[in-house]
Amino acid sequence: MYNYTDFDTAFIKERNAQFRAQVERRIDGSLTEDEFKPLRLMNGLYLQLHAYMLRVAIPYGTLNSRQMHVLADIADKWDKGYGHFTTRQNIQYNWPQLRDVPDMLDALAEVQMHAIQTSGNTIRNVTADHFAGAAADEIADPRPVAELIRQWSTDHPEFQFLPRKFKVAVTGSPNDRAVTRAHDIGLRMVERDGVVGFEVIVGGGLGRTPMIGKVLRDFLPREDLLPYLESIVSVYNLLGRRDNKYKARIKITVHENGLDDFRARVEERYALIRPQFTGVDQQMLAAIESDFALPEFRREEVRAYHEARQHYPAFRSWSDTNLAEHREPDYAIVTISLKAHGATPGDATSGQMRLMADLAKRYGHDELRISHEQNVILPHVHKNDLPSVYSALRAAGLGTANIGLISDIIACPGMDYCALATARSIPIAQEIATRFDELKLEHDVGPLKIKISGCINACGHHHVGHIGILGLDRAGVENYQITLGGDGTEAASIGERAGPGFSADEIIPAIERLVLAYLDLRAEPAETFLQTYRRLGLAPFKAALYPEAQANAA
Amino acid sequence: MARAFTPKVVTANALLEGDVIYQTASGWTRNLSEAEVLTDEADADLRLIEASQQTDAVVGAYLADVDTTEAAPKPTHFREDFRARGPSNYAHGKQEASRHV
Repeated sequence: MYNYTDFDTAFIKERNAQFRAQVERRIDGSLTEDEFKPLRLMNGLYLQLHAYMLRVAIPYGTLNSRQMHVLADIADKWDKGYGHFTTRQNIQYNWPQLRDVPDMLDALAEVQMHAIQTSGNTIRNVTADHFAGAAADEIADPRPVAELIRQWSTDHPEFQFLPRKFKVAVTGSPNDRAVTRAHDIGLRMVERDGVVGFEVIVGGGLGRTPMIGKVLRDFLPREDLLPYLESIVSVYNLLGRRDNKYKARIKITVHENGLDDFRARVEERYALIRPQFTGVDQQMLAAIESDFALPEFRREEVRAYHEARQHYPAFRSWSDTNLAEHREPDYAIVTISLKAHGATPGDATSGQMRLMADLAKRYGHDELRISHEQNVILPHVHKNDLPSVYSALRAAGLGTANIGLISDIIACPGMDYCALATARSIPIAQEIATRFDELKLEHDVGPLKIKISGCINACGHHHVGHIGILGLDRAGVENYQITLGGDGTEAASIGERAGPGFSADEIIPAIERLVLAYLDLRAEPAETFLQTYRRLGLAPFKAALYPEAQANAA
Repeated sequence: MARAFTPKVVTANALLEGDVIYQTASGWTRNLSEAEVLTDEADADLRLIEASQQTDAVVGAYLADVDTTEAAPKPTHFREDFRARGPSNYAHGKQEASRHV
């Protein structure tokens, strides 16, 4: 993992001291809220529906056990004993008090963490494939590049007041687990003639105008990455609209000006600034890469794992759903589900955080990851340790075997916490998970991604859910719109609206009709919901969702 | 024709704790049932201005509609209902804590 340099440490310390003084000046009345708000947002502090909320960056979703322990300690000392992991690989504390926030930031700094640029119109926390450095299908670990981008973008003087927020995601695998096509800039590592470079995707995004990103460069040599990124953001900074918040994201800039025009401007800027990058960034990258060296993997015949699978059905079920293929055949990538049926997606108690940290330390080469799907990953576990890991997780309520299934739902905080929300999303996720657990259909249904947002801003990624649910306020009542056929992978697509929305009472039965219809419609059990949808289109699913309309038409 | 003025309360968040608060005749409360109900538009506007001036204590004051058919004011919109009651995913939050004090 990356370790802070003296420069990083001094920078964070100074920023925290500045913010401490700003908080004091707000409390003593020297600063008005209008003056203070941009300052607190720059440091990740929001004021939400019921309380302040502190959003802490977890760069590219990577943590060590010590950091996870501190996240747990902060939850106990200054919050309500839990934290909420988000779709941007961050953690949010929902109940801090203003006076305590500087102390929370100092505690984070002790373990090389901060909340800088987790809000505001800046380049936000850089996200990456949560299986980075472990996945069997990977070209190379994307995190050194993500770290380089983080260092370049943090406090970048030119990019502190962009037209709107700016999100970058990186993946090193052809199987895109980082939703790169729904980011302002998506970077996909590609190999050409044995040379590693990047496919640069620009102008993707969800929100009120969902768009799949477009390829700006199909192959960018690695050493050209920073000057090229700087050119893109620089062009956007000048060209992006500042007259209308809803048209300010780069997706609109690219859409309104056209990809070719945007590309020409980027290339022109690139020609100008490329010579300023004399190779210092590449020296830094080389140093960062050594921080991400692979752990020393254990060589041991895999026996305990096979025995446990044979004798313990619950372990077998969990290992069927919650493991992914590791680059080392004797290892596995463990996804710990934060989606126990009926629980709040993405929440972990301080006790659960400590347990996961301890398991990472003992069995997982001291590494943890947060996924954008709001789960926690132990990226490197020897298969012989899996039975021990599973029983410890299970005892702590973390043994749910549902990764990639219908109850592994992404849900934004919605109106239970968020000031922007137009409806609740968490209770819908809770009810869907509980209902399908009762029906015992989850494993039969197979891979199915439900994603729920409580407003048009789409933090819950509903547009790229196989089933997307969007909560709206319709004449003072919660109303839920369904979209179908969305996909966040390398074959990204935006879901199609199925028809009129459903009330909070109607939405769970509607989802049930939809899923039962899929079971009838699929060509064979191996055909997933998304495959069936792509084969048959909207019509048969629409018929299941709106039986009355069907009856009236008949 | 101008729409008839409907009863309102002044609500905001507390600066230090972030809590949902409501204006009373003499200060602030965390319970909607204790809020001062404003039935006159000019009076409501004035009370909101007064609240907004208390920048060292409150953040983001605004007028919220309330239903006054019963003795205590009740929210008319579900957003205000959640603000008054706290998160609905499970019982926690400041409103829940205050119930046990």
